[in-house]
Amino acid sequence: MGAQLRVYKRRIRSVTATKKITKAMEMISASRIVKAQRAVAASTPYADELTRAVTAVATRSNAKHPLTHEKPNASRAAVLLLTADRGLAGGYSTNAIKQAVALTARLKAEGKEVVTYIAGRKGVQYYGFRNLPVAQSWTGFSDKPTYGDAKTVAATLIEAFTAETGGVDELHLVSTKFLSMLTQTAVDARLLPLKLDEVQLSDDKPAKTEIFPLYDFEPSAEGVLDALLPRYVESRIYNALLQSAASEHAARRRAMKSATDNAGELIKSLTRLANSARQAEITQEISEIVGGANALADASAGSE
Amino acid sequence: MAELHVELVAADRKVWSGAATIVVARTASGDTGIMPGHTPVLSVLESGPVTIRTTDGGTVIAAVHGGFISFADNKLSLLAEIAELADEIDVNRAERALELAKSESDAHAERRAEVRLVAAGRKAA
Repeated sequence: MGAQLRVYKRRIRSVTATKKITKAMEMISASRIVKAQRAVAASTPYADELTRAVTAVATRSNAKHPLTHEKPNASRAAVLLLTADRGLAGGYSTNAIKQAVALTARLKAEGKEVVTYIAGRKGVQYYGFRNLPVAQSWTGFSDKPTYGDAKTVAATLIEAFTAETGGVDELHLVSTKFLSMLTQTAVDARLLPLKLDEVQLSDDKPAKTEIFPLYDFEPSAEGVLDALLPRYVESRIYNALLQSAASEHAARRRAMKSATDNAGELIKSLTRLANSARQAEITQEISEIVGGANALADASAGSE
Repeated sequence: MAELHVELVAADRKVWSGAATIVVARTASGDTGIMPGHTPVLSVLESGPVTIRTTDGGTVIAAVHGGFISFADNKLSLLAEIAELADEIDVNRAERALELAKSESDAHAERRAEVRLVAAGRKAA
């Protein structure tokens, strides 16, 4: 076998192995999207009921709460960025990071100091490589977040928000919204302070305008609000984590699908090249034999 | 017979829903029983077992840890961060968790494990 042909054969083998891997990753992601979507759907009843309760308290009492208190001339803003733990998901993490960087620039232009919190290894790597300060980061649950994870993240952020000194005045959340299997967009939203009059349901429908009954609050409206609002923030973060997880799987599936397709095409064109190299080799061998035979014939003809 | 509609939801799933005649839950101000026609109420739940008597005479017991109970228009919502039905509870695991919590004197975890055991019917409340 000629050198050229051997090189082509080797490349075809390696691309075939890569294709098998990307194909497997594509199928794994495809099955996980469904699971992630189911998790989003399963968390909806809780989020909806919680939203209803918050709205009910907000409309039926004018209780004040630190989490809804809008500080005049806010000077420090926290940004929570949700990215993936693992790569090979196309532009998923990059888009979220870009959104966070743009938001940071916008907040800085408004004269606010920005404190960054990150969930997901990719975001941590990006900020770490550029030596950008990160207040706190969490990793290890980006593809399958649990409510406990959301609780841990929310507890830190609420603590930072309610701290007497050195706390933050507002909290922004950068996450990826799962619009469809093909479309996921990075979005940012202000989470705190909460605006009770525009409390939203999990899937962006504005809260239904219904007349709430006159509830008896136990122990008191303030007490209920005190317990409700942190849960509401947790539930919002949980929803964002779940949507981001679904988006991550969808982005990875798409990236791996195009990787598989490209590998297929590469194999096809390499096979063509290998075939023509083999053919060229055969042609050369034949012409060498024919040439050799002719030379022999000529030589023997001359000697006679 | 009058009945009320109950939805028991945990943060990550809907645990139980159906019709009931009375629901007993532990709120901040003590055990509260809610029957059809109760005045609208919204209160904070403590860690504790929730007992639901269904219209067909059965009883559903669940362990809930933190959350809310809201009742209006004969619809009762129980929101809990964590909620487990009695027959889902792994008694051995809860007992182990109780031992562990006791040895580490973690009052919160101890209470949680106790509630699980109470709901599973292995311990007096």
